[in-house]
Amino acid sequence: MALLGVVFLLPFLWMLSASFKPETDVFKYPIEWIPRTWRAGFNYESVWFGKANFALYYWNSIKVTMLTTLLSVVVSSMAAYGFTKIHFRGRNTLFAIVLATYMIPSEATLVPLFIMFRSAGLYDTHLGLILLGGFSVLGTFLLRQFFASLSDEYIESAQIDGGGHIRIFTSILLPLVRPAIATYAILRFIWTWNDFQTPLVFLNSKSLFTLQLGMNAFADRNGAFYSLIMAASVSAIVPLLIIFIVGQKQVIDGIALGG
Amino acid sequence: MTLAVPKTLQATKPSRKRRRKEMRMGYLFVGPMLLGVIIFTLIPMIFSFTLSFTKWSFVTGFDKIKFIGLDNFRALFQDDVFLKSLGNNFIMLLAVPVGMVIALLLAVVISNHVYAPGAFKVIYFMPQISSVVAVAVVWQVLFHPSYGPVNGFLSALGMDNPPKWLADPNFALPSVMLLMIWIDLGVSLIIYNAGLKNIPADLYEAATLDGATKWSQFRSITLPLLTPTTFFLLVTGIIGNFKSFALIKVLTDGGPAHSTSVVVYDMYQTAFVDLQTGYASSMVMILFLCLLAITALQWISQKFWVNY
Repeated sequence: MALLGVVFLLPFLWMLSASFKPETDVFKYPIEWIPRTWRAGFNYESVWFGKANFALYYWNSIKVTMLTTLLSVVVSSMAAYGFTKIHFRGRNTLFAIVLATYMIPSEATLVPLFIMFRSAGLYDTHLGLILLGGFSVLGTFLLRQFFASLSDEYIESAQIDGGGHIRIFTSILLPLVRPAIATYAILRFIWTWNDFQTPLVFLNSKSLFTLQLGMNAFADRNGAFYSLIMAASVSAIVPLLIIFIVGQKQVIDGIALGG
Repeated sequence: MTLAVPKTLQATKPSRKRRRKEMRMGYLFVGPMLLGVIIFTLIPMIFSFTLSFTKWSFVTGFDKIKFIGLDNFRALFQDDVFLKSLGNNFIMLLAVPVGMVIALLLAVVISNHVYAPGAFKVIYFMPQISSVVAVAVVWQVLFHPSYGPVNGFLSALGMDNPPKWLADPNFALPSVMLLMIWIDLGVSLIIYNAGLKNIPADLYEAATLDGATKWSQFRSITLPLLTPTTFFLLVTGIIGNFKSFALIKVLTDGGPAHSTSVVVYDMYQTAFVDLQTGYASSMVMILFLCLLAITALQWISQKFWVNY
Protein backbone atom coordinates (compact mmCIF):
# COMPACT_ATOMS: atom_id res chain seq x y z
CA MET A 1 0.00 0.00 0.00
CA ALA A 2 2.74 2.42 0.95
CA LEU A 3 4.67 1.34 -2.14
CA LEU A 4 1.64 2.01 -4.33
CA GLY A 5 1.31 5.43 -2.75
CA VAL A 6 4.91 6.24 -3.61
CA VAL A 7 4.49 5.06 -7.22
CA PHE A 8 1.41 7.26 -7.39
CA LEU A 9 3.44 10.24 -6.24
CA LEU A 10 6.49 9.61 -8.46
CA PRO A 11 5.46 12.06 -11.20
CA PHE A 12 5.18 14.82 -8.60
CA LEU A 13 8.50 13.91 -7.00
CA TRP A 14 10.15 13.90 -10.41
CA MET A 15 8.61 17.29 -11.21
CA LEU A 16 9.83 18.77 -7.94
CA SER A 17 13.30 17.35 -8.36
CA ALA A 18 13.58 18.52 -12.00
CA SER A 19 12.52 22.02 -11.00
CA PHE A 20 15.64 22.31 -8.80
CA LYS A 21 18.13 21.12 -11.44
CA PRO A 22 20.12 22.73 -14.20
CA GLU A 23 18.61 21.90 -17.60
CA THR A 24 21.41 19.49 -18.54
CA ASP A 25 20.68 17.21 -15.58
CA VAL A 26 16.91 16.89 -16.10
CA PHE A 27 17.03 13.80 -18.30
CA LYS A 28 20.05 12.08 -16.78
CA TYR A 29 19.44 8.40 -16.28
CA PRO A 30 19.44 6.89 -13.67
CA ILE A 31 17.35 9.74 -12.29
CA GLU A 32 19.09 11.94 -9.73
CA TRP A 33 16.19 12.30 -7.30
CA ILE A 34 18.21 14.65 -5.15
CA PRO A 35 19.93 17.07 -7.55
CA ARG A 36 23.72 17.04 -7.52
CA THR A 37 23.89 20.61 -8.78
CA TRP A 38 21.22 22.99 -7.53
CA ARG A 39 19.73 25.66 -9.71
CA ALA A 40 16.46 26.19 -7.83
CA GLY A 41 16.94 29.93 -7.31
CA PHE A 42 17.59 30.62 -10.98
CA ASN A 43 14.73 28.40 -12.20
CA TYR A 44 12.09 29.85 -9.94
CA GLU A 45 13.25 33.41 -10.40
CA SER A 46 13.08 33.13 -14.21
CA VAL A 47 9.59 31.68 -14.01
CA TRP A 48 8.24 34.23 -11.57
CA PHE A 49 9.92 37.44 -12.59
CA GLY A 50 11.43 36.70 -15.99
CA LYS A 51 9.64 36.48 -19.33
CA ALA A 52 7.19 33.90 -18.01
CA ASN A 53 5.72 36.52 -15.67
CA PHE A 54 4.07 34.13 -13.27
CA ALA A 55 3.62 36.90 -10.72
CA LEU A 56 1.09 38.55 -13.05
CA TYR A 57 -0.73 35.28 -13.84
CA TYR A 58 -0.92 34.54 -10.13
CA TRP A 59 -2.44 37.91 -9.43
CA ASN A 60 -4.99 37.43 -12.23
CA SER A 61 -5.91 33.97 -10.96
CA ILE A 62 -6.27 35.16 -7.38
CA LYS A 63 -8.49 38.06 -8.44
CA VAL A 64 -10.75 36.02 -10.74
CA THR A 65 -11.00 33.07 -8.37
CA MET A 66 -11.74 35.11 -5.25
CA LEU A 67 -14.44 37.21 -6.92
CA THR A 68 -16.02 34.21 -8.66
CA THR A 69 -16.17 32.32 -5.38
CA LEU A 70 -17.66 35.30 -3.57
CA LEU A 71 -20.31 35.93 -6.21
CA SER A 72 -21.18 32.25 -6.43
CA VAL A 73 -21.55 31.88 -2.66
CA VAL A 74 -23.81 34.94 -2.42
CA VAL A 75 -26.02 34.01 -5.37
CA SER A 76 -26.25 30.32 -4.44
CA SER A 77 -26.98 30.81 -0.75
CA MET A 78 -29.65 33.40 -1.51
CA ALA A 79 -31.31 31.05 -3.97
CA ALA A 80 -30.99 28.13 -1.56
CA TYR A 81 -32.75 30.18 1.12
CA GLY A 82 -35.44 31.34 -1.27
CA PHE A 83 -36.15 27.85 -2.51
CA THR A 84 -36.48 26.38 0.99
CA LYS A 85 -37.68 29.04 3.41
CA ILE A 86 -39.86 31.47 1.46
CA HIS A 87 -43.27 30.24 0.38
CA PHE A 88 -44.24 31.87 -2.88
CA ARG A 89 -46.27 30.80 -5.87
CA GLY A 90 -44.37 29.04 -8.63
CA ARG A 91 -41.49 28.15 -6.38
CA ASN A 92 -41.44 24.47 -7.25
CA THR A 93 -41.77 25.11 -10.97
CA LEU A 94 -38.88 27.56 -10.88
CA PHE A 95 -36.76 25.13 -8.94
CA ALA A 96 -37.55 22.39 -11.45
CA ILE A 97 -36.37 24.68 -14.25
CA VAL A 98 -33.12 25.46 -12.45
CA LEU A 99 -32.68 21.74 -11.78
CA ALA A 100 -33.25 20.92 -15.44
CA THR A 101 -30.58 23.34 -16.64
CA TYR A 102 -28.05 21.37 -14.62
CA MET A 103 -28.39 18.71 -17.33
CA ILE A 104 -27.07 21.12 -19.94
CA PRO A 105 -23.28 20.75 -20.18
CA SER A 106 -21.30 24.00 -20.16
CA GLU A 107 -19.67 22.90 -23.44
CA ALA A 108 -23.06 23.15 -25.12
CA THR A 109 -23.36 26.86 -24.41
CA LEU A 110 -19.75 27.83 -25.14
CA VAL A 111 -20.17 29.00 -28.73
CA PRO A 112 -23.30 31.15 -28.25
CA LEU A 113 -21.91 32.60 -25.00
CA PHE A 114 -18.76 33.56 -26.85
CA ILE A 115 -20.85 35.41 -29.46
CA MET A 116 -23.06 37.02 -26.78
CA PHE A 117 -20.05 38.12 -24.74
CA ARG A 118 -18.40 39.63 -27.78
CA SER A 119 -21.44 41.78 -28.53
CA ALA A 120 -21.85 42.72 -24.86
CA GLY A 121 -18.22 43.76 -24.47
CA LEU A 122 -17.57 41.03 -21.91
CA TYR A 123 -15.19 39.05 -24.11
CA ASP A 124 -11.57 39.32 -22.97
CA THR A 125 -12.47 40.77 -19.56
CA HIS A 126 -12.13 39.33 -16.08
CA LEU A 127 -15.71 40.41 -15.37
CA GLY A 128 -16.91 37.99 -18.05
CA LEU A 129 -15.08 35.07 -16.42
CA ILE A 130 -16.44 36.00 -12.99
CA LEU A 131 -20.01 36.16 -14.27
CA LEU A 132 -19.65 32.80 -16.02
CA GLY A 133 -18.40 31.08 -12.88
CA GLY A 134 -20.59 32.95 -10.44
CA PHE A 135 -23.94 31.55 -11.48
CA SER A 136 -23.34 27.84 -11.18
CA VAL A 137 -26.38 25.78 -10.26
CA LEU A 138 -24.41 23.24 -8.26
CA GLY A 139 -23.92 25.59 -5.30
CA THR A 140 -27.68 26.10 -5.03
CA PHE A 141 -28.19 22.32 -4.88
CA LEU A 142 -25.53 21.74 -2.25
CA LEU A 143 -26.63 24.60 -0.02
CA ARG A 144 -30.33 23.91 -0.49
CA GLN A 145 -29.92 20.58 1.30
CA PHE A 146 -28.48 22.39 4.31
CA PHE A 147 -31.13 25.09 4.43
CA ALA A 148 -33.85 22.45 4.13
CA SER A 149 -32.43 20.63 7.14
CA LEU A 150 -32.85 23.75 9.32
CA SER A 151 -36.13 23.92 11.18
CA ASP A 152 -38.73 26.48 10.10
CA GLU A 153 -39.17 27.44 13.75
CA TYR A 154 -36.20 29.76 13.50
CA ILE A 155 -38.06 31.73 10.89
CA GLU A 156 -41.42 31.68 12.64
CA SER A 157 -40.02 32.93 15.92
CA ALA A 158 -37.99 35.59 14.15
CA GLN A 159 -41.08 36.70 12.26
CA ILE A 160 -43.02 37.05 15.51
CA ASP A 161 -40.21 39.33 16.70
CA GLY A 162 -40.79 41.38 13.56
CA GLY A 163 -37.72 40.31 11.56
CA GLY A 164 -37.99 40.21 7.78
CA HIS A 165 -36.47 37.59 5.48
CA ILE A 166 -33.35 39.63 4.85
CA ARG A 167 -32.59 39.85 8.58
CA ILE A 168 -33.43 36.19 9.17
CA PHE A 169 -31.20 35.15 6.26
CA THR A 170 -28.17 37.24 7.11
CA SER A 171 -28.15 37.13 10.89
CA ILE A 172 -29.77 33.81 11.81
CA LEU A 173 -29.52 31.24 9.03
CA LEU A 174 -26.23 32.18 7.36
CA PRO A 175 -24.20 31.62 10.55
CA LEU A 176 -25.91 28.24 10.97
CA VAL A 177 -24.91 26.98 7.53
CA ARG A 178 -21.37 28.36 7.70
CA PRO A 179 -19.71 24.91 7.47
CA ALA A 180 -21.67 24.12 4.31
CA ILE A 181 -20.77 27.47 2.81
CA ALA A 182 -17.10 26.92 3.65
CA THR A 183 -17.20 23.54 1.92
CA TYR A 184 -18.81 24.94 -1.19
CA ALA A 185 -16.49 27.96 -1.24
CA ILE A 186 -13.38 25.77 -1.11
CA LEU A 187 -14.67 23.51 -3.88
CA ARG A 188 -15.64 26.47 -6.05
CA PHE A 189 -12.22 28.01 -5.42
CA ILE A 190 -10.40 24.86 -6.53
CA TRP A 191 -12.55 24.38 -9.62
CA THR A 192 -12.22 27.99 -10.69
CA TRP A 193 -8.48 28.11 -10.05
CA ASN A 194 -7.98 24.96 -12.13
CA ASP A 195 -10.39 25.86 -14.91
CA PHE A 196 -8.67 25.95 -18.28
CA GLN A 197 -11.52 25.78 -20.77
CA THR A 198 -13.39 28.99 -19.85
CA PRO A 199 -10.36 31.31 -19.79
CA LEU A 200 -9.08 29.68 -23.00
CA VAL A 201 -12.25 30.61 -24.85
CA PHE A 202 -13.05 33.93 -23.19
CA LEU A 203 -9.64 35.56 -22.81
CA ASN A 204 -7.30 36.81 -25.49
CA SER A 205 -4.93 39.40 -24.00
CA LYS A 206 -1.83 37.97 -22.40
CA SER A 207 -1.98 40.55 -19.62
CA LEU A 208 -5.31 39.05 -18.50
CA PHE A 209 -4.23 35.39 -18.58
CA THR A 210 -4.94 33.24 -15.57
CA LEU A 211 -2.31 30.87 -14.24
CA GLN A 212 -3.57 27.91 -16.30
CA LEU A 213 -3.44 29.84 -19.57
CA GLY A 214 -0.08 31.34 -18.67
CA MET A 215 1.25 27.90 -17.82
CA ASN A 216 0.03 26.47 -21.12
CA ALA A 217 1.44 29.35 -23.16
CA PHE A 218 4.75 29.10 -21.32
CA ALA A 219 5.05 25.36 -21.95
CA ASP A 220 4.24 25.86 -25.64
CA ARG A 221 6.84 28.58 -26.03
CA ASN A 222 9.59 27.00 -23.98
CA GLY A 223 9.23 23.43 -25.22
CA ALA A 224 12.92 22.74 -24.61
CA PHE A 225 13.43 24.26 -21.16
CA TYR A 226 12.14 21.43 -19.06
CA SER A 227 13.61 22.56 -15.75
CA LEU A 228 11.77 25.88 -16.10
CA ILE A 229 8.54 24.16 -17.11
CA MET A 230 8.77 21.98 -14.02
CA ALA A 231 9.38 25.02 -11.82
CA ALA A 232 6.28 26.56 -13.38
CA SER A 233 4.26 23.39 -12.73
CA VAL A 234 5.33 23.29 -9.11
CA SER A 235 4.36 26.96 -8.75
CA ALA A 236 0.93 26.24 -10.26
CA ILE A 237 0.23 23.30 -7.96
CA VAL A 238 1.51 24.47 -4.57
CA PRO A 239 -1.21 26.99 -3.59
CA LEU A 240 -3.99 24.48 -4.18
CA LEU A 241 -2.14 21.80 -2.32
CA ILE A 242 -1.92 24.11 0.69
CA ILE A 243 -5.63 24.92 0.49
CA PHE A 244 -6.44 21.25 0.18
CA ILE A 245 -4.33 20.22 3.16
CA VAL A 246 -5.77 23.02 5.30
CA GLY A 247 -9.38 22.46 4.25
CA GLN A 248 -9.07 18.70 3.79
CA LYS A 249 -12.09 17.88 5.90
CA GLN A 250 -14.29 20.35 4.05
CA VAL A 251 -13.17 19.19 0.62
CA ILE A 252 -13.56 15.52 1.42
CA ASP A 253 -16.93 16.05 3.12
CA GLY A 254 -18.13 18.13 0.20
CA ILE A 255 -17.13 15.51 -2.33
CA ALA A 256 -18.46 12.65 -0.22
CA LEU A 257 -21.72 14.56 0.20
CA GLY A 258 -22.23 14.49 -3.55
CA GLY A 259 -22.06 10.71 -3.37
CA MET B 1 -74.09 39.35 9.58
CA THR B 2 -73.16 42.95 9.07
CA LEU B 3 -70.18 42.40 11.26
CA ALA B 4 -69.04 39.32 9.38
CA VAL B 5 -68.09 41.20 6.21
CA PRO B 6 -65.56 43.56 7.73
CA LYS B 7 -64.21 40.65 9.76
CA THR B 8 -63.33 38.55 6.74
CA LEU B 9 -61.99 41.61 5.00
CA GLN B 10 -59.79 42.26 7.93
CA ALA B 11 -58.65 38.68 7.90
CA THR B 12 -57.83 38.42 4.21
CA LYS B 13 -56.40 41.87 3.64
CA PRO B 14 -53.22 41.50 5.71
CA SER B 15 -52.70 37.90 4.60
CA ARG B 16 -52.99 38.83 0.94
CA LYS B 17 -50.61 41.67 1.58
CA ARG B 18 -48.31 39.29 3.37
CA ARG B 19 -48.55 36.78 0.57
CA ARG B 20 -47.62 39.44 -1.93
CA LYS B 21 -44.71 40.41 0.26
CA GLU B 22 -43.60 36.76 0.46
CA MET B 23 -43.79 36.59 -3.31
CA ARG B 24 -41.64 39.70 -3.66
CA MET B 25 -39.08 38.38 -1.20
CA GLY B 26 -39.07 35.00 -2.92
CA TYR B 27 -38.21 36.53 -6.27
CA LEU B 28 -35.66 38.81 -4.66
CA PHE B 29 -33.81 35.81 -3.23
CA VAL B 30 -33.99 33.38 -6.14
CA GLY B 31 -33.95 36.14 -8.77
CA PRO B 32 -30.18 36.46 -9.28
CA MET B 33 -29.76 32.70 -9.74
CA LEU B 34 -32.76 32.58 -12.06
CA LEU B 35 -31.45 35.46 -14.13
CA GLY B 36 -28.05 33.77 -14.34
CA VAL B 37 -29.63 30.51 -15.49
CA ILE B 38 -31.70 32.30 -18.14
CA ILE B 39 -28.87 34.47 -19.49
CA PHE B 40 -25.96 32.05 -19.21
CA THR B 41 -27.67 28.72 -19.92
CA LEU B 42 -31.18 28.81 -21.36
CA ILE B 43 -30.76 31.56 -23.95
CA PRO B 44 -27.38 30.21 -25.16
CA MET B 45 -28.88 26.71 -25.40
CA ILE B 46 -31.73 27.94 -27.60
CA PHE B 47 -29.24 30.01 -29.59
CA SER B 48 -27.01 26.95 -30.00
CA PHE B 49 -29.94 24.82 -31.15
CA THR B 50 -30.91 27.44 -33.75
CA LEU B 51 -27.34 27.85 -35.01
CA SER B 52 -27.00 24.11 -35.54
CA PHE B 53 -29.30 24.46 -38.58
CA THR B 54 -27.25 27.23 -40.15
CA LYS B 55 -24.16 27.73 -42.21
CA TRP B 56 -22.52 30.68 -40.54
CA SER B 57 -19.26 32.08 -39.26
CA PHE B 58 -19.66 34.60 -36.46
CA VAL B 59 -16.96 36.87 -37.95
CA THR B 60 -19.22 37.65 -40.93
CA GLY B 61 -21.99 39.27 -38.87
CA PHE B 62 -25.56 38.27 -38.09
CA ASP B 63 -26.98 39.21 -41.51
CA LYS B 64 -24.96 36.42 -43.15
CA ILE B 65 -26.68 33.60 -41.23
CA LYS B 66 -27.99 31.04 -43.74
CA PHE B 67 -30.48 28.35 -42.72
CA ILE B 68 -29.64 25.01 -44.28
CA GLY B 69 -31.91 22.63 -42.36
CA LEU B 70 -30.32 19.32 -41.50
CA ASP B 71 -27.32 19.64 -43.84
CA ASN B 72 -24.85 20.06 -40.97
CA PHE B 73 -25.98 16.84 -39.38
CA ARG B 74 -25.75 14.98 -42.69
CA ALA B 75 -22.24 16.32 -43.14
CA LEU B 76 -21.25 15.30 -39.60
CA PHE B 77 -21.93 11.66 -40.33
CA GLN B 78 -19.60 11.77 -43.31
CA ASP B 79 -16.94 13.75 -41.46
CA ASP B 80 -14.07 11.34 -40.72
CA VAL B 81 -12.50 13.50 -38.03
CA PHE B 82 -15.80 13.91 -36.20
CA LEU B 83 -16.61 10.20 -36.39
CA LYS B 84 -13.12 9.36 -35.16
CA SER B 85 -13.55 11.83 -32.26
CA LEU B 86 -16.94 10.40 -31.33
CA GLY B 87 -15.51 6.87 -31.48
CA ASN B 88 -12.58 7.90 -29.28
CA ASN B 89 -15.06 9.31 -26.76
CA PHE B 90 -16.75 5.93 -26.48
CA ILE B 91 -13.45 4.02 -26.23
CA MET B 92 -12.32 6.41 -23.49
CA LEU B 93 -15.40 5.59 -21.43
CA LEU B 94 -13.64 2.30 -20.60
CA ALA B 95 -11.37 4.24 -18.27
CA VAL B 96 -14.33 4.90 -15.95
CA PRO B 97 -15.13 1.34 -14.79
CA VAL B 98 -11.45 0.39 -14.68
CA GLY B 99 -10.69 3.38 -12.47
CA MET B 100 -13.67 2.58 -10.27
CA VAL B 101 -12.55 -1.00 -9.65
CA ILE B 102 -9.10 0.20 -8.60
CA ALA B 103 -10.64 2.90 -6.39
CA LEU B 104 -12.95 0.40 -4.70
CA LEU B 105 -10.12 -2.00 -3.93
CA LEU B 106 -7.96 0.82 -2.56
CA ALA B 107 -10.87 2.15 -0.49
CA VAL B 108 -11.47 -1.27 1.09
CA VAL B 109 -7.76 -1.66 1.87
CA ILE B 110 -7.42 1.87 3.26
CA SER B 111 -10.51 1.63 5.48
CA ASN B 112 -9.47 -1.72 6.94
CA HIS B 113 -5.76 -2.16 7.06
CA VAL B 114 -3.83 1.06 6.89
CA TYR B 115 -2.46 3.53 9.41
CA ALA B 116 -2.92 7.21 8.60
CA PRO B 117 -5.73 6.82 6.04
CA GLY B 118 -5.85 10.62 5.84
CA ALA B 119 -2.35 10.80 4.40
CA PHE B 120 -3.24 8.24 1.76
CA LYS B 121 -6.32 10.19 0.79
CA VAL B 122 -4.15 13.28 0.27
CA ILE B 123 -1.68 11.30 -1.82
CA TYR B 124 -4.32 9.81 -4.08
CA PHE B 125 -6.03 13.16 -4.32
CA MET B 126 -2.91 15.01 -5.50
CA PRO B 127 -3.50 14.57 -9.26
CA GLN B 128 -7.08 15.79 -8.88
CA ILE B 129 -6.13 18.86 -6.89
CA SER B 130 -3.28 19.78 -9.23
CA SER B 131 -4.36 21.66 -12.30
CA VAL B 132 -4.88 19.58 -15.43
CA VAL B 133 -2.52 21.87 -17.32
CA ALA B 134 0.40 21.30 -14.95
CA VAL B 135 -0.28 17.57 -14.76
CA ALA B 136 -0.52 17.27 -18.55
CA VAL B 137 2.71 19.19 -19.05
CA VAL B 138 4.56 16.99 -16.56
CA TRP B 139 3.34 13.80 -18.24
CA GLN B 140 4.27 15.12 -21.66
CA VAL B 141 7.83 15.22 -20.41
CA LEU B 142 7.66 11.89 -18.54
CA PHE B 143 6.32 10.19 -21.68
CA HIS B 144 8.89 11.80 -23.98
CA PRO B 145 9.76 9.03 -26.49
CA SER B 146 13.55 9.39 -26.39
CA TYR B 147 14.54 11.27 -23.20
CA GLY B 148 11.53 10.62 -20.96
CA PRO B 149 12.07 8.89 -17.60
CA VAL B 150 9.34 6.34 -18.38
CA ASN B 151 11.20 5.05 -21.40
CA GLY B 152 14.51 5.48 -19.59
CA PHE B 153 13.17 3.06 -17.01
CA LEU B 154 11.86 0.63 -19.64
CA SER B 155 15.19 0.63 -21.52
CA ALA B 156 17.01 0.02 -18.27
CA LEU B 157 14.79 -3.02 -17.78
CA GLY B 158 16.08 -4.28 -21.13
CA MET B 159 13.25 -3.25 -23.45
CA ASP B 160 14.78 -2.41 -26.82
CA ASN B 161 11.92 -0.56 -28.45
CA PRO B 162 9.74 0.98 -25.77
CA PRO B 163 6.50 2.49 -27.10
CA LYS B 164 6.52 6.13 -28.17
CA TRP B 165 3.46 6.75 -25.96
CA LEU B 166 1.80 10.04 -26.88
CA ALA B 167 3.71 10.23 -30.16
CA ASP B 168 2.47 6.86 -31.40
CA PRO B 169 -1.10 6.78 -32.83
CA ASN B 170 -1.59 3.27 -31.40
CA PHE B 171 -0.44 4.13 -27.91
CA ALA B 172 -1.65 7.71 -27.54
CA LEU B 173 -5.27 6.94 -26.63
CA PRO B 174 -4.41 4.26 -24.04
CA SER B 175 -1.82 6.65 -22.56
CA VAL B 176 -4.45 9.37 -22.22
CA MET B 177 -6.83 6.87 -20.59
CA LEU B 178 -4.14 5.85 -18.13
CA LEU B 179 -3.73 9.48 -17.11
CA MET B 180 -7.49 9.89 -16.76
CA ILE B 181 -7.60 6.96 -14.34
CA TRP B 182 -4.66 8.38 -12.42
CA ILE B 183 -6.29 11.83 -12.20
CA ASP B 184 -9.79 10.70 -11.16
CA LEU B 185 -8.81 7.94 -8.75
CA GLY B 186 -8.82 10.25 -5.72
CA VAL B 187 -12.44 11.35 -6.11
CA SER B 188 -13.79 7.81 -6.52
CA LEU B 189 -11.65 6.68 -3.62
CA ILE B 190 -13.06 9.33 -1.28
CA ILE B 191 -16.64 8.67 -2.32
CA TYR B 192 -16.22 4.89 -1.95
CA ASN B 193 -14.66 5.52 1.44
CA ALA B 194 -17.71 7.48 2.56
CA GLY B 195 -19.95 4.70 1.23
CA LEU B 196 -17.99 2.05 3.14
CA LYS B 197 -18.34 4.02 6.37
CA ASN B 198 -22.12 3.92 6.01
CA ILE B 199 -22.28 0.12 6.04
CA PRO B 200 -23.28 -0.99 9.57
CA ALA B 201 -20.45 -2.91 11.22
CA ASP B 202 -22.81 -5.47 12.83
CA LEU B 203 -23.56 -6.88 9.38
CA TYR B 204 -19.93 -7.98 9.14
CA GLU B 205 -19.92 -9.22 12.74
CA ALA B 206 -22.98 -11.38 12.08
CA ALA B 207 -21.43 -12.71 8.88
CA THR B 208 -18.19 -13.55 10.69
CA LEU B 209 -20.16 -15.44 13.34
CA ASP B 210 -21.85 -17.39 10.56
CA GLY B 211 -18.41 -18.32 9.29
CA ALA B 212 -18.48 -16.31 6.07
CA THR B 213 -15.08 -15.70 4.47
CA LYS B 214 -13.74 -12.20 3.78
CA TRP B 215 -14.37 -12.67 0.09
CA SER B 216 -17.96 -13.78 0.51
CA GLN B 217 -18.54 -10.88 2.92
CA PHE B 218 -17.21 -8.52 0.27
CA ARG B 219 -19.45 -10.08 -2.37
CA SER B 220 -22.68 -10.31 -0.41
CA ILE B 221 -22.44 -7.31 1.93
CA THR B 222 -20.01 -4.70 0.64
CA LEU B 223 -20.74 -4.82 -3.09
CA PRO B 224 -24.57 -4.80 -2.91
CA LEU B 225 -24.65 -2.06 -0.25
CA LEU B 226 -22.31 0.05 -2.33
CA THR B 227 -24.41 -0.11 -5.51
CA PRO B 228 -25.89 3.40 -5.00
CA THR B 229 -22.35 4.78 -4.66
CA THR B 230 -21.23 2.81 -7.70
CA PHE B 231 -24.19 4.11 -9.65
CA PHE B 232 -23.41 7.71 -8.71
CA LEU B 233 -19.75 7.33 -9.67
CA LEU B 234 -20.65 5.67 -12.95
CA VAL B 235 -23.09 8.44 -13.94
CA THR B 236 -20.83 11.34 -12.99
CA GLY B 237 -17.67 9.60 -14.20
CA ILE B 238 -19.05 8.80 -17.64
CA ILE B 239 -20.49 12.29 -18.10
CA GLY B 240 -17.21 13.90 -17.00
CA ASN B 241 -15.19 11.57 -19.21
CA PHE B 242 -17.41 12.28 -22.21
CA LYS B 243 -16.82 16.01 -21.84
CA SER B 244 -13.04 15.79 -21.45
CA PHE B 245 -11.22 18.61 -23.13
CA ALA B 246 -8.47 20.31 -21.11
CA LEU B 247 -6.30 17.20 -20.78
CA ILE B 248 -6.51 16.48 -24.54
CA LYS B 249 -5.92 20.10 -25.52
CA VAL B 250 -2.76 20.46 -23.45
CA LEU B 251 -1.42 16.91 -23.75
CA THR B 252 -1.83 15.97 -27.40
CA ASP B 253 -3.90 18.57 -29.26
CA GLY B 254 -5.96 15.65 -30.51
CA GLY B 255 -2.99 14.05 -32.28
CA PRO B 256 -1.13 12.19 -33.56
CA ALA B 257 -3.34 11.74 -36.62
CA HIS B 258 -6.55 12.52 -34.63
CA SER B 259 -5.93 9.41 -32.53
CA THR B 260 -6.83 11.25 -29.31
CA SER B 261 -9.35 13.76 -30.66
CA VAL B 262 -12.70 13.92 -28.87
CA VAL B 263 -16.00 15.65 -29.65
CA VAL B 264 -15.45 18.67 -27.40
CA TYR B 265 -11.94 19.13 -28.81
CA ASP B 266 -13.22 18.86 -32.39
CA MET B 267 -15.99 21.32 -31.52
CA TYR B 268 -13.48 23.76 -30.04
CA GLN B 269 -11.30 23.59 -33.16
CA THR B 270 -14.27 23.96 -35.51
CA ALA B 271 -15.75 26.89 -33.59
CA PHE B 272 -12.74 28.91 -32.50
CA VAL B 273 -9.97 27.96 -34.93
CA ASP B 274 -11.82 27.17 -38.18
CA LEU B 275 -14.55 29.69 -37.24
CA GLN B 276 -17.39 27.48 -38.53
CA THR B 277 -19.96 28.53 -35.95
CA GLY B 278 -22.99 26.74 -37.41
CA TYR B 279 -21.19 23.44 -37.95
CA ALA B 280 -19.70 23.53 -34.44
CA SER B 281 -23.19 24.11 -33.00
CA SER B 282 -24.46 20.97 -34.67
CA MET B 283 -21.60 19.06 -32.99
CA VAL B 284 -22.77 20.51 -29.68
CA MET B 285 -26.25 19.14 -30.30
CA ILE B 286 -24.86 15.64 -30.96
CA LEU B 287 -22.80 15.91 -27.76
CA PHE B 288 -25.89 16.95 -25.82
CA LEU B 289 -27.97 14.10 -27.27
CA CYS B 290 -25.23 11.58 -26.42
CA LEU B 291 -25.11 12.82 -22.82
CA LEU B 292 -28.89 12.65 -22.52
CA ALA B 293 -28.93 9.13 -23.96
CA ILE B 294 -26.15 7.94 -21.64
CA THR B 295 -27.91 9.36 -18.59
CA ALA B 296 -31.30 7.95 -19.60
CA LEU B 297 -29.79 4.51 -20.22
CA GLN B 298 -28.16 4.52 -16.81
CA TRP B 299 -31.36 5.57 -15.04
CA ILE B 300 -33.31 2.86 -16.80
CA SER B 301 -30.71 0.19 -16.10
CA GLN B 302 -30.29 1.12 -12.42
CA LYS B 303 -33.40 -0.70 -11.31
CA PHE B 304 -31.79 -3.97 -12.35
CA TRP B 305 -28.71 -3.62 -10.21
CA VAL B 306 -28.89 -0.75 -7.70
CA ASN B 307 -30.17 -1.54 -4.18
CA TYR B 308 -31.52 1.42 -2.26
